[in-house]
Amino acid sequence: MAVAHAVASGMGGLRTTGDLVVRLQMTRGMKLKQAKDHVAQRLGVSPTDLSDNVAMHELRGELRLGRIYEVEASCYTDPSPIEAKTRIARLLGIPINSVERFKESSARVLK
Amino acid sequence: MAERTIPTRMGDGSLTHMTPSEIRQDLEDGTATAAERAKLPSLAEDELDHLFHIFASPARFSSVDIGDEVVLTYDGTGVPQQGGRVAALYQAEQLYGADSCELYHVDYSYRAVKTVLPYEQQQMKEAQERVTIPVHYGAQPDLGRYSRPDGPVGNWSELLPAMRIDEARAAQEEAVEMAVADMVHAAEGMWEAGADGIDFDTCGAAGDADFLAALKAVETLRARHPDLGIEVGMAGEIVLGTHGQLEYDGVRLAGLKPEGQVQVVQKAGATVYGPAVNVNTGKSTAWNMARALTFVKPCMAVAEIPVHMNVGMGVGGVPMASYTPLDAVARCSRACVDVLRLDGL
Repeated sequence: MAVAHAVASGMGGLRTTGDLVVRLQMTRGMKLKQAKDHVAQRLGVSPTDLSDNVAMHELRGELRLGRIYEVEASCYTDPSPIEAKTRIARLLGIPINSVERFKESSARVLK
Repeated sequence: MAERTIPTRMGDGSLTHMTPSEIRQDLEDGTATAAERAKLPSLAEDELDHLFHIFASPARFSSVDIGDEVVLTYDGTGVPQQGGRVAALYQAEQLYGADSCELYHVDYSYRAVKTVLPYEQQQMKEAQERVTIPVHYGAQPDLGRYSRPDGPVGNWSELLPAMRIDEARAAQEEAVEMAVADMVHAAEGMWEAGADGIDFDTCGAAGDADFLAALKAVETLRARHPDLGIEVGMAGEIVLGTHGQLEYDGVRLAGLKPEGQVQVVQKAGATVYGPAVNVNTGKSTAWNMARALTFVKPCMAVAEIPVHMNVGMGVGGVPMASYTPLDAVARCSRACVDVLRLDGL
């Protein structure tokens, strides 16, 4: 069922920018259009580009926002989830809980 | 010449064949049933035409137009075949293209979670280090757990038939306070472990007191954690008046339909609302879909927060079957987005 919904109507998560849009909805209560417009503006693309997995795979790679891995294309230099989420938080202008906690604990080590 | 028939589904998931005329009639009956039951406007003619286009097609799959995609949140992510729970979340991200995911305990109740919270926190911490998409934590208010013999307070399901109304109401009020404390405790624990959001799922399953407990928990959490994402998913199209007199912010909860539900949910401080409309297994998927959309449509006009309609097994038109058929799920998914212009599912 999860697959059917994802294919029939889902944005595609990390394949595209669905994770960014849902973050704005959950954290800021933004309606879909407002959230898509915000993400598109921050990425410098149009809202319709947000669901284009080819274009977004490239862009996510360039901006180091995390992406899907395929066996044909090694992505070992891509960011770890925490690094990707740190960049996503900065891009969207929202705090991400796990990132804030990581920054707090690593600051104690780096001090 | 006899009209051709189209393969379609009943509300229990079984395959059936109907003529286009029968499908059209079911769509009209479904919306009329909801309109009459809940005193709501029926779906408009163009909306019924679009639903007919979706449900009278013999295609195996159906989807929204390119550009009309919505985001998906979940009430639990992962199945036993995927191995460990964190591995399942990672697979949802990398293989399904899930927009978000939800860590959950198999005993999907905040009262049960409270007893294993440190283990759940450990799983959340590991999930946050492995997954990039938002990881939420979810369970149900599950107010019935607080009544005897499972819990400490009187059992209102036994007291009500015995006409001990005051005792039944007092028991529910007592249970509400316990449930709020457990939900806040569990949610704050998961927030501390790095959760991106909390899902209160199937709210109102035990009636208006169950719903009130969720609203009070949301209110407390919002005041303490401004950046915490909070989703409130409902159990049904009308809140049952198991207590009958409970109010939130001056609004009587018993009898609330999606339009009223979303208003108290957003007032409490949730960021996402999930309406649920249950399925009649003896009717076709087309009938159920038209009925569900009629119930939810009025809430879209008053919702200030995103609306993610529940479209899991047995709700939102999706057949009540353990192994939901692809053709029916895809049609319901598309129909909800196309007709309601939802923010997500």
